Amino acid sequence: MNSKEIKTAFKASLPVMAGYLVLGMGFGIILNTKGYGVIWAMCMSICVYAGSLQYVMVNLITSGASLITTVLTALMVNARHLFYGISMIDKYKDAGKKKFYMIFALTDETYSLVCNNETAKDVEDKNKCYFFISLFDQIYWITGSIIGSMVGSMITFSTEGIDFVLTALFVTIFVDQWLSTKNHGPALVGIFASVACLLVFGSERFLIPAMICIATALTLMRGKEEAKNV
Amino acid sequence: MFDINVALIVAVSAGVTILLRFAPFLIFSGGKETPAYIVYLGKVLPYAIMGMLVVFCLKEVSVVSAPFGIPELLSCLLVALLHVWKRNTLISIIGGTLCYMVLVQMVF
Repeated sequence: MNSKEIKTAFKASLPVMAGYLVLGMGFGIILNTKGYGVIWAMCMSICVYAGSLQYVMVNLITSGASLITTVLTALMVNARHLFYGISMIDKYKDAGKKKFYMIFALTDETYSLVCNNETAKDVEDKNKCYFFISLFDQIYWITGSIIGSMVGSMITFSTEGIDFVLTALFVTIFVDQWLSTKNHGPALVGIFASVACLLVFGSERFLIPAMICIATALTLMRGKEEAKNV
Repeated sequence: MFDINVALIVAVSAGVTILLRFAPFLIFSGGKETPAYIVYLGKVLPYAIMGMLVVFCLKEVSVVSAPFGIPELLSCLLVALLHVWKRNTLISIIGGTLCYMVLVQMVF
């Protein structure tokens, strides 16, 4: 249990550790104030394991939402995971049995680490490294939600703004990717399509239109992009 | 307390999430060659998605009311500058987050 893959995975997962402990705690605290204790927090973090959806679920639960509403909400909030899968099909192709867990645990943050070619560039068995990144990340998330549920009310210093760790994580990966290629078309498409859809559709509804715009733009750019051999 | 309605909401949410995560792998596998179009999308999507996720994190920021997104802008710039300079993810993230916490708690 002391291989280079596991060490590399642990090191790569450290930023997510900070983010997930904090956000997981936030989730545990909120769920607890609504009357659902540590068993529920743990159960949701193990079975659902999707940060933003779990926060939304607190509202679904307290408002007694119907199952149809739950299905639609989960589809809307998590539709972006379709994109993650599409970009990992090739990378995860030879992962064997580990693949099932790696796909199950493919959150925003785990995706951002495993899609970055820098992450596992120095190790032999990349899939093993990706597997442990996935596992460590979920352990942080579960641990955070348990701690939040049990001791959340005892925190006395202000943690306002600490959730910026995840924004910061995505910015660092954006910078890594930006510096790794001369071709900035796809990155710019991602930013501009998202901002445009945010302005048009508002923060609650922009994600799916943004995904459609991104997919359309990238499809239209295909001939040109492939000529540049990204 | 055990509540069957809550248990159902958890089960359904888990089911939909698992389905979304597995769908691309289920559709494009089974020994067949992945279509060239999907391979292309797989290559360019990570760049676009990371841009989308940054925007997603900042979606509640208002540029028309105080503090006009200034803490977010300054902190993101600091993260990017630190990262271009040092290329060390932890330094960039800790620096940017501390900067953001100081800005929202003490300055704005």
